[in-house]
Amino acid sequence: MFPANPQYHYEKEVEPKVISSMPTTPEPVLARVDSIIAQHRETLGALMPILQGIQQELGWIPEAAMHRVAEALSMPPDKVYSVVSFYTLFSTKPKGKYVIRVCESAPCHVEGAAAIIAELEKQLNIKMGEVTPDRQFSLEFTSCVGICGVAPAIMVNDEVHGNLTPAMVSQVLSKYK
Amino acid sequence: MATVTLTIDRHKVTVEQGTTILEAAREAGINIPTLCYLKDLNVLGSCRVCLVEVKGARNLQAACVTPAGEGMEVTTNSPPVRQARKTALELILSDHPYECLTCIRSTNCELQALAESFGIRRVRFEGERVQKPLDDSSPSIVRNAEKCVLCRRCVAVCEKVQTVKAIAPQNRGFATVIAPAFEAGLARADCVFCGQCTLVCPTGALHEKDDIHLVWAALADPKKHVVVQTAPATRVSVGEGMGMAPGSIVTGQLVAALRRLGFDRVFDTDFTADLTIMEEGYELIHRIETGGKLPMITSCSPGWIKYIEHFYPELLEHLSTCKSPQQMFGALAKTYYAQKAGIDPADVYVVSIMPCTAKKFEAGRDEMSSSGYADVDVVLTTRELCRMFKEAGLDFAGLPEEEYDAPFGITTGAAAIFGATGGVMEAALRTAYEVLTGKTLEALDFETVRGLEGIKEATVDVGGLPVRVAVAHTLGNARKVMERIRSGEADYHFIEIMCCPGGCIGGGGQPIPTDLEIRAKRIKAIYDVDSKMTLRKSHENPAVQELYRDFLEKPLGHKSHELLHTHYVQRKRHQNM
Repeated sequence: MFPANPQYHYEKEVEPKVISSMPTTPEPVLARVDSIIAQHRETLGALMPILQGIQQELGWIPEAAMHRVAEALSMPPDKVYSVVSFYTLFSTKPKGKYVIRVCESAPCHVEGAAAIIAELEKQLNIKMGEVTPDRQFSLEFTSCVGICGVAPAIMVNDEVHGNLTPAMVSQVLSKYK
Repeated sequence: MATVTLTIDRHKVTVEQGTTILEAAREAGINIPTLCYLKDLNVLGSCRVCLVEVKGARNLQAACVTPAGEGMEVTTNSPPVRQARKTALELILSDHPYECLTCIRSTNCELQALAESFGIRRVRFEGERVQKPLDDSSPSIVRNAEKCVLCRRCVAVCEKVQTVKAIAPQNRGFATVIAPAFEAGLARADCVFCGQCTLVCPTGALHEKDDIHLVWAALADPKKHVVVQTAPATRVSVGEGMGMAPGSIVTGQLVAALRRLGFDRVFDTDFTADLTIMEEGYELIHRIETGGKLPMITSCSPGWIKYIEHFYPELLEHLSTCKSPQQMFGALAKTYYAQKAGIDPADVYVVSIMPCTAKKFEAGRDEMSSSGYADVDVVLTTRELCRMFKEAGLDFAGLPEEEYDAPFGITTGAAAIFGATGGVMEAALRTAYEVLTGKTLEALDFETVRGLEGIKEATVDVGGLPVRVAVAHTLGNARKVMERIRSGEADYHFIEIMCCPGGCIGGGGQPIPTDLEIRAKRIKAIYDVDSKMTLRKSHENPAVQELYRDFLEKPLGHKSHELLHTHYVQRKRHQNM
């Protein structure tokens, strides 16, 4: 990148952290991103609604999409990434069609969340934080979702499942398979 | 002016309404420690080191963000205050590597100084430490996120002073890191390598790339003829790095110290600064006479050059094609000088002492090898040079004053003032006036282009031709000028732009601290250097005249174009895409 002077070596590039499984984001996907930008760009504080729109539409926010947003809003991309990386509900990696969020708070833990996690991992054959190869399911932790009365609880996208036992896990999953 | 009166540590203090407790205390001579605070730029109250007791308040208040109120009773030094500050520091230290002994900022680190002054002998909190890759992707600046205390002072300077916005906080909580987008290396960002972030970083998280070892190796190599050039601004700042008062003029000691390190010739970038005035002055006259692109803008400041290449690539034609004095020096050292001294240019090794981190990048640019070699081999910042002096055990202040070597050590006052904002403009005006009118300029001091005001404008009568000039320093001010050019509002002939606040004396490679007050002292010193010189106009430099007679022939001539002029690159924004 900066050749000429042999005294200066720059081989040790620090690679960007976000390495998506898609090496480049295809044009049709970016077209969807552009239409979401177009919907919101005139509103005050457009960044959040645009990012939420992209997250909802694609299930994640690819790096190329962040560049599009940055350009459209005349913001440096580090600011866009700053916001994306701050909120846990924005994802910089592709997720499954169904995102399973397991509550990691104390009440669910006491009521046996660990066994539910073990069963989910076994049934889906992935670890927490991973995505199934067919991109159907993601497994992740969430903070308290406010339904401690039915602990242990999980959320599958927007649906809540409470009072779970390991035996019930396959039944819950079958709803989405 | 509405005022409020409060008591701080039982002293009655009256301040302007809106003043913070911290500033009110400072006005009263009461020092409240700070870490994340940077006056007017970074006022967040996040580090909790400036906590004070305010009578009646529910808990301790951060003095940097709490406005002084009428009748307020503030205690800055009580057991709860000291304990809270200590705890805050311990928490910061619990996620900080204990590498003080080997840290580049050892003995010049704000965190270390605070830990020392609070007598922290043990950190009670033990836990996970953040682990982040070292970013040495750029030729100029190293980013070590593990030493970062997340004060955001670097972000504030990059965004508010320079308007580059190359770095921002990423992630949240424990994982937070100050980085370019996608946590890439600085080399991939729009970073211009000005190094202002390294001046405000309280720790060793952002610092200059250390190239000292290359220079020690060259000095130890008997085959190499090692020559050194010193930038104008370094003669009024090296002293600070060696424990002297800000604004000390140390030209003679600097030369003596460099000789003691073993350099074969000690030369001065001021020589090629004079040459720059000749080339750039004639270029300006040529543009005015032939209807060339105006306004013409100076090209000495490599941070500014990278900035315009990224942010205003369509306006590159406004830049003077002159190389910076550093690069003119390198190109001539390996041609004219090597020839004159009868040395194989392959054996000439050029070291620059610069107030600047971006100069390292400049020396590595593709265009900068017109001598057939890398024109400049290694660039050291003022800070690195001071470390070499210390390593060599020199008693810097006690050294006898020595003179630069000929021929590249013969210089004028016009060249010295290159180190301050407005200096290049003033030097150019001195020469342009005399060359165009053929008359002797009586009043040499162009006061209107001096000083720390962000954008200075003047109209100078040069033999009946009203020359409209502007001078801007900091990239934030440069941006304002560029927007006026873009919209067609700017009717200037000539504009000087320097990347760093105050010009090179406030450069990113200068001793730490470099604040507003210290900048003003260095500027005063540089004008003192000028006023004491016998020769104060670049075109009167006899060595420059000889260079034209024996080698270059004339300004803008064939050889000049080959060696002293360059071209620029349209850079994309956000190359990390």
